[in-house]
Amino acid sequence: MESPPIDTTATETQLIEESAEFRGLRSSFRSFAFPVTIGFVLWYLLYVLLSSYAPGLMGTKVVGHINVALVLGLLQFVTTFAIAAWYARYAARRLDPPAAAIREARGAVVHAPREAAE
Amino acid sequence: MNLLATSATDHRGLTMTLFGIFVLATLGITVWAGRQTKDAADFYAGGRGFSGFQNGLAISGDYMSAASFLGIAGAIALFGYDGFLYSIGFLVAWLVALLLVAEPLRNSGRYTMADVLAFRMRQRPVRTAAGISTIVVSIFYLLAQMVGAGSLVALLLGVSGDGAKRWTIVAVGALMVLYVAIGGMKGTTWVQIVKAVLLIAGTALMTFLVLAKYHFNVSSLLGAAADASGKANAFLEPGLKYGATGTSKLDFLSLGLALVLGTAGLPHILVRFYTVPTAKAARKSVLWAIGIIGGFYLMTLALGFGAAALVGPKTIKASNAAGNTAAPLLAENLGGGAGTTGGAVLLAVISAVAFATILAVVAGLTLASSASFAHDLYANVIRRGKVSERQEVYVAKWAAAGIGAVAIALSLFADKLNTAALVALAFAVAASANLPTLLYSLFWKRFNTVGAVSSVYAGLVTSVVLVLFSPVVSGGKNSLFPHSDFHWFPLENPGLVSIPVGFLAGWIGTVLSREEADPAKYAELEVRSLTGLGAH
Repeated sequence: MESPPIDTTATETQLIEESAEFRGLRSSFRSFAFPVTIGFVLWYLLYVLLSSYAPGLMGTKVVGHINVALVLGLLQFVTTFAIAAWYARYAARRLDPPAAAIREARGAVVHAPREAAE
Repeated sequence: MNLLATSATDHRGLTMTLFGIFVLATLGITVWAGRQTKDAADFYAGGRGFSGFQNGLAISGDYMSAASFLGIAGAIALFGYDGFLYSIGFLVAWLVALLLVAEPLRNSGRYTMADVLAFRMRQRPVRTAAGISTIVVSIFYLLAQMVGAGSLVALLLGVSGDGAKRWTIVAVGALMVLYVAIGGMKGTTWVQIVKAVLLIAGTALMTFLVLAKYHFNVSSLLGAAADASGKANAFLEPGLKYGATGTSKLDFLSLGLALVLGTAGLPHILVRFYTVPTAKAARKSVLWAIGIIGGFYLMTLALGFGAAALVGPKTIKASNAAGNTAAPLLAENLGGGAGTTGGAVLLAVISAVAFATILAVVAGLTLASSASFAHDLYANVIRRGKVSERQEVYVAKWAAAGIGAVAIALSLFADKLNTAALVALAFAVAASANLPTLLYSLFWKRFNTVGAVSSVYAGLVTSVVLVLFSPVVSGGKNSLFPHSDFHWFPLENPGLVSIPVGFLAGWIGTVLSREEADPAKYAELEVRSLTGLGAH
């Protein structure tokens, strides 16, 4: 099978896992992904609950026939696009460089020839 | 009565021609892709050679089912604002996939979802559980698409009677098996890309035409829709569909949870991340998918309110009580109305796009479930890994035929089932059985085999049993068995209960078992998932 050989043994991966570089990468990833996920799930649930239990507020007119419900719904789209863009930027700056550094330091540049296919 | 059927003869020939061209073109692509398919990585993962943008289009093509195109536009046309609530859950869900699942999965798995779940566990029990849940989710989803296809053809071509419906189901089933068995992941991906482009182009054209009628003033479109609906401003506010009782409000919360947490656990979506070369490309494909899918759902808003304003709920309901023909009826209206050439052409184009949509989605589902059967159940559980790559792919192709046959048989038997409930059920099972196990596997060091197996089975069994004893199956006007009543669970969607059960079972199973997680295996998974070191 055409699978790249894993040139690090299990104990070696444990050494990588315990290294300062890897722990930094893990905490950069987790300190972004976990709180942001909790945040947007709560924001979405707030929207769902308001739709069910606060019809008066949601029906308030903002401009013309556009009401709070529509604005809040469209805001869910806006925040989704914004969080996606924010993560793309964060990952390019804070996750990709350390991940590449760890790969290179361990002598295995995985998929380097295919990078162009992106 | 059936306005669509009376004008059907005008456009039927044209629809069939356009659809015939789509089928021939995609079969051509499939044969070409089949010639390029040499090994298992080609068959299961399209050789991992697609770009982030191509995969983003294919993900959109895999995700935007006929239920979103016809169902959401129809729900907005009939229930106004409440129809829009679906699309928000379907879109926000992609952030879970982007932030927590896509990249680690791409790095640590190979062909199936179970590759990641079983990475540091005992292979056979975990792969069995994951394989079963993959096939169950995919079959529910397949049923929804195929039953939907049957009714759609009857409606759009104005053919009545069960015969036409049955032949459509059989034809759709045969085509999806051909796409998968001949073209593998490469063929399926290109079918999904072509479909995504067609669907976006068709939707964009209609959105432009609707907005142009209202001089690009959204407020006057909304005003016209509210007036035509006969429900005035209530049409633009939440509550027409889900606000009736305390139970329906809870049901909506339950559905909302299942939608937002289900996407990142749908096997046919997860395997798409294996078709790109790197985790970075997987991230790019989700970013593209979020843009494309978000834009599409914004456009369905214009289509739904446009159908309410221009066609009117009475006409839509007369054609199909659930509103599924709102988008095609709107196309006919925008083209110039029933009986005009423009109307017939636009109606034919949109009908053909709807068929293309169904075919691309069912092909993705068939591929994901047959891959899981061959790679997880056959190669790793039955043969314990002692099987050649060639044999495995051979089994996968026959599994596609087998799953196609099962799906056809079930669809013929269950053609009265409510398709929206089936899709919601697939999302609920994915959110309750697959997502908790996936997240624990990736991020919780102590998680072990007992935890993984408990989480999958508890989530799967709870959601299926709750639906069996819900108003979906018995005790309601729209139930599968309207004349008997054995329901005791009040909600139509089980997510509110089954998702917490899935998460709890994974935690309890892990804590209570004496089995210790292997720290070396977790190190390997964690390093691989975050850096791509050793990834396939």
